[in-house]
This record gives sequence, C-alpha cells and structure tokens, in this order.
Amino acid sequence: MLDQSYFRKTDEIIEHYGKKAGSLIPIMQDIQAEYRYLPGELLTYVAEQIGVKETKAYSVATFYENFSFEAKGKYVIKVCDGTACHVRKSPPVLEAMQKELGLGKKKHTTDDMLFTVETVSCLGACGLAPTMMVNEDVHPAMTPEKALAVIEELRGKG
Amino acid sequence: MINNKEALMAARDEAKKQVASYKCRILVCAGTGCIATGSLKIYEELLGLTKNCPNVTIEFAPDAGKDRVGVIKTGCQGFCELGPLVRIQKGDEVIQYVKVQKEDCKEVFEQSVLNNNVVDRLLYTQGGKAYKHPTDIPFIAKQTRIVLENCGSVDAESIDEYLAAGGFTALEKVLFNMTKDEVIDEVDKSGLRGRGGAGFPCGKKWKQVARQKEPIRYVVCNGDEGDPGAFMDGSTMEGDPFKLIEGMMIAAYAVGAADGYIYVRAEYPNSVARLRNAIAQLEERGLLGDNILGKDFSFRMHINRGAGAFVCGEGSALTASIEGKRGMPRTKPPRTVDKGLWEKPTVLNNVETYANVPKIIIEGADWFRTIGTEGSPGTKTFSLTGSIENTGLIEVPMGTTLREIIYDIGGGLKNNAEFKAVQTGGPSGGCLTKDHLDEPLDFETVKKFGTIIGSGGLVVMDVNTCMVEVARFFMSFTQRESCGKCAPCREGTKRMLEILQKIVDGNGEMEDLDKLEELSKMISQMALCGLGKTAPQPVMSTLRMFRDEYVEHIQDKKCAAKVCTNLRNYVIDPEKCKGCGKCAKNCPASAISGEKKAPHTIDSKKCIKCGACMDNCGFDAIYIEA
Repeated sequence: MLDQSYFRKTDEIIEHYGKKAGSLIPIMQDIQAEYRYLPGELLTYVAEQIGVKETKAYSVATFYENFSFEAKGKYVIKVCDGTACHVRKSPPVLEAMQKELGLGKKKHTTDDMLFTVETVSCLGACGLAPTMMVNEDVHPAMTPEKALAVIEELRGKG
Repeated sequence: MINNKEALMAARDEAKKQVASYKCRILVCAGTGCIATGSLKIYEELLGLTKNCPNVTIEFAPDAGKDRVGVIKTGCQGFCELGPLVRIQKGDEVIQYVKVQKEDCKEVFEQSVLNNNVVDRLLYTQGGKAYKHPTDIPFIAKQTRIVLENCGSVDAESIDEYLAAGGFTALEKVLFNMTKDEVIDEVDKSGLRGRGGAGFPCGKKWKQVARQKEPIRYVVCNGDEGDPGAFMDGSTMEGDPFKLIEGMMIAAYAVGAADGYIYVRAEYPNSVARLRNAIAQLEERGLLGDNILGKDFSFRMHINRGAGAFVCGEGSALTASIEGKRGMPRTKPPRTVDKGLWEKPTVLNNVETYANVPKIIIEGADWFRTIGTEGSPGTKTFSLTGSIENTGLIEVPMGTTLREIIYDIGGGLKNNAEFKAVQTGGPSGGCLTKDHLDEPLDFETVKKFGTIIGSGGLVVMDVNTCMVEVARFFMSFTQRESCGKCAPCREGTKRMLEILQKIVDGNGEMEDLDKLEELSKMISQMALCGLGKTAPQPVMSTLRMFRDEYVEHIQDKKCAAKVCTNLRNYVIDPEKCKGCGKCAKNCPASAISGEKKAPHTIDSKKCIKCGACMDNCGFDAIYIEA
C-alpha cells in the first residue's frame, strides 16, 4: 500500500490535465517523472479518476517503452544505440557499464537502486556519437573508459 | 498585448530597435549537441563576465552611456562536433569560435567583445587555413538556409528576437491580405512536399482538409523524429520554435482549425521546453488565443510528449497517441485528412514542412521554385553523421549531389577512410554507394535507386562497416519497434531478424538469401502501415548493392570489415610475439598454446572469438584476419 502522499500528488497531476481519457498519457508521464516509475496502484487510481477502464489504462502503459512498473535507479543511464552511435561503436560502451554494474539484458537496475542502464534509439545528438544520457543530461563522445569514469563520479555523489 | 496589426508592427519595430541597440552579441549555441559538450557553463561564464564588466551593460538602456552587450543562447549553429560553439557578432562582422572552454571565456571577452581582436587558436581550421567568419567556412558556405535561417543567430527563447528577425510577417500577410484559398493556392503552387519522408504535396493535403463538410478541424505537427541518426526536426524545434508555430498558424487559418498539436519525442527535453516557453510567450502577448490580431481567427497550441514508441511517427498511430490510446496504426482509408485526430479532418505535417511555410508566404511560390529541382522545390535539412569529418546539421537545395554533401560540406570521411555507403531514410530507407555520388538528392532520383530521402538522416559509412551487420541492426530496430498489430510486420520482421542473425553468426546458408527476399516482398506488400511496409528496405537495398558481402559471410564465413564477431579470425604475429604467455593465461577456451619465450599460436577451432587475448597482449602481436 502506497503512502497517502502518492495519491495527493497524483490528484494534483490529474487536476492539471483534467479528468478526460486524453489526459491518460501525460498524467502517467508526470507520475513516472515524479517517482521514476509508474506504481500499479496509482495507475488503477488514475484510471478510475479519469473514467478509463483499468484494463485500457494498463494496455496503454504497457505499450509505450517509457513506462515502467518497476522502480528505476536514481541515475537512469540510456546508452544511445541509434545508427550514428552504432556505427561509431556504442555497443562496447553499454557492455562496459553492464559488466561494471553486474547488469545485462534481463536485469537493468542495480540492487542498491542507484543505477538503471538501458538503451535508447536516438538522442538527437548524433554529431557527437556515441552518446549516452544520464537522467536528462547528454554525455558526448563516449568510450568504455569515459563511461566507467561517469559511473565512478555518480557513485561518489551517491 | 499585440491584438491588432498596428500593435504587431509596433512590437516588431520596438524589437528591432532593441536588437539593433546591441554593440555586440555573444551567441552561445544551446542546441542539444553543444549543451552536451558543456555550452551552458560557457554561457554562464560569459554572462558573468559581461555583468561584472563596468564598461558595458546587458540591459536595454539607451541613456546609460555604455555599450550594450547581449549574451544569447541560440539554437543549433550546425557544427555539432566542434562544440561548444560561440559567435561574437558586431553588426555584419561575425567571428565563429569552436571548442570554447571555460578557461577561454575571459580572453574571448576581453579580446573580441571589449576589443576587436581575434583569438586565433579558437578559430576553425581546415587544411591549414583558419576561418573567422562563419559563412566563409566551407561547411556553412555551401548551404542554403531557409528553415534554419534564424537557427544559431537568434535567441530561441525570446519572442522579441523572432519579431526582430521579421517574425509573424507571414501571419500578418495571410490574415490581412489573403483569403484562405489564396493561402492554400500559394503553398500548392510552391510545390512544397512533405518533409517527413513520403513527400506528399503539402498544398494538396491542405486542400483536402479545407473542403471537408465537418466544421471542426485540427492541425497537427509530427515532431516524433524517430529515425535513429536524424536530429533536424529536433534542432528546428529547439532552435526556432516560433517559426514552426507561425507555420502551423498559417495552416490553421487556411484550413479553418482552432487547435494545433505538436507531438514531440520524449527524448527531446530541450525541444519540449523551448516550445512550451514559446507558446507561453505567444499567449501572453495575445498571438495565440481568441481573435488573433483582432481578426476572426482563434487558435490554441498544445504539446504532447511521446512515450518511446517509434511507430507513433506514423500518422494514425500519432493521432491515437494524442487521444491517449496505444499508438497503433489503423487501416486506411479513411485517411487522416478525412478522419484524423478525434475522427476530425486533420492536417498532419512534420516540423520542417511547417517551418518552410512562412517564407513561402512572404517571398512567394515562384521564389520557392527557384530553389531545388522541378519535382522537389526548396531545400532539405539533413543531419550528417557517421564516419564523416564534419558531422552536424545542414540545409541544402534539393538536388545537391551526394559528393557535394559528403566532400565539400562534410569535409570527406573521417581519418580519410574509403567511402562505402551512405544510409538514407533511416530504418525505412536504404543505401547509396559510390556509384551514386554524383546523383542529385531529390525525391525522384533516390527512389530510382531503391531508397528514400526520408526525414533527412544521412549516416556515412566507411569500408570498416559491415553491410550485413547494418541490415541486421536496422531489422532488430524495426522488429523491436513493431507495434504487433499486423502479422506480416510482427512475425515477418522477427523471421528476417533471425535469418540475419544466423548469417552474421556464420551459420548462414545460400537459401537464406532467397528467404530474405521472399519475406521482404511479402512484408512490403502486406503490412498494415508505412513503417511495416518499408521495414525490409534496408535488407533489400543492401542485398541489391552488397550481395557479395552476404555471399562472403555465408560461403567463405568471412566478414571483410572484421565487424561480425563470430567470423573474426584471431592470429598471432610470430614476429611480434615474445612468448610471454599472458594471452594463453587469459584465454577462457584454452585455445592458445606455445613454448615459453617462443611465438604462440591460436587454435581457431577452439577459439570462441572473445578477444581477451588481444586485449591482454602487451606487444600488439594479435590481430584480426578477415
């Protein structure tokens, strides 16, 4: 059972977008931005509040890659594997970080909830390939060594 | 409040006066690329230096007796790889600095802002020549900028800067001097074709919406630039958001729409922020809302963020997503112009298409037709990426040859590598090779060679790229992004990916090529939407242009580019090997043997191609044989 504060925050978000079916995606986006994931309980609550069937809300949430029902790490690292980054050797950057953090194709988040490592198809900074994004900051011209240095720095910040 | 024509003209005059009052403008690139290289810190530093300097002022204060210096965050200046980029502008005199670091700011400020000197070491150099003025740099000199004309020279977060650059002159013209039909006719006559990929005539689309019986219509902008390797639309949205909105307003006036939606990719937070800021400023000044400029035209803008689904770049999937549904395409007809957003007639164009409109209205259709080719008038923005010297954002007339783009503008391949191919049109496109270097890039010509202009991503590949692996890469992308609604795309791409994986793993058989061709044909004929139909394009294109590479992978079990891991053959150079035994110790498969202090050898049958030996060799004695 989530704390009441979650529902209060959700009410605020719902009010901002209005109780209508078209608000579903922006509401889910704001909840996810707030908590770094989309708690199932809140989705059920939102569906009820805006008059969408619960099944429908889940069908939408599971369709889009950005929504996650599992809590993500404090630092969500998205390694770009778009064409330009791929051609300029992004896979070794991803592999180096996964190896360092004990993550892989199935496991994306570290047990201490500090890091989530994922791939993304393009960050739009192709001129600086290969790139990766830590939360909303784009890091340019990555190498496996630079990626590990970023992790080290973030670990220091905690 | 700008609520009539006079007020707009007065606001523009005032904005021009304000901008003209700058003795010097420090233009710091705040495009996604430069922000990534740290341009916002440079901005803060230069702003601090300016504010703390007693001899200049940052405010508009004509009586202060001090020179006014502006520190301005602009959109993409184009030269992404050399960021952070800074321009110092004094009237027509402009200095372009590249790779500006925090330590350089003080010198730049003292030498170029307070004085008229140039900091030579921060200039761009090419072939031993240093360039001062940005438009002298070959990369920029060879471009024609219509869509990007303001991008990089105005403050993307200020409506006044846009007004000073002649903003909303086109809107003023259509509202006061043109009927709706005249607007549509002008766009139609210009021959402007949709820049999102398909190249559908823009005027024709508007006409189809304008003649609908249903009175409620919508104007929607596709800013879901999903093609990996493409960032033109993102740069336009963040570099000149007002121009895009003005284009949409003109469309809305022409077809009678009262609401407009921009659907922006979730991965473009800067675009979302600048568009939101632009809309807020326009609402505040009365240029969005009811009875704009006192005329019978009311218009509101909304922003929807994508949620990480590539398929939402398809029209019917995009409108479904705005409605709060799963972003899945539907069968057509009815088409979006008949039943689009909320089942209402909808004009759906992409960012670049709308951004072309204001200039067409101001300069006229005939002017627009003087640029580009007969069948593809105007310019096209491209993002030039991959194995190329000058990566970045460019805009050139349609019909410019690939050679001009790659060698004159792009400065040739990185490290002077040999050119192999350029991938156009993203996952829906194909390759052009050195046989096509002198062909004009326009809608018709590239179609002849089995690819498309697409949205404008140009990914340059050198001989170190394996085309089979590239095909596999694109197929894994489309397979992952397939929405799953129709079987040909959902299952077909999966089967194609399995076959491609099999080939790059070294287990391919010649009949696999026939299967790939058969599946390609099936998917392109039977998939539900445009994205599914074009999903096999990269495979078909590489099979046509680089069939021998596929055959080599299958028959000789070789990858000439040395990319496919399983086909690598690790070899020890006996001349360089000192027999230290480090490789043998690190080999997880016990595939390396040899006497101490004598050259070792790798048993290729036991080797699992992990590369641990090469990583651990201190003498560079291990290499990959193709």
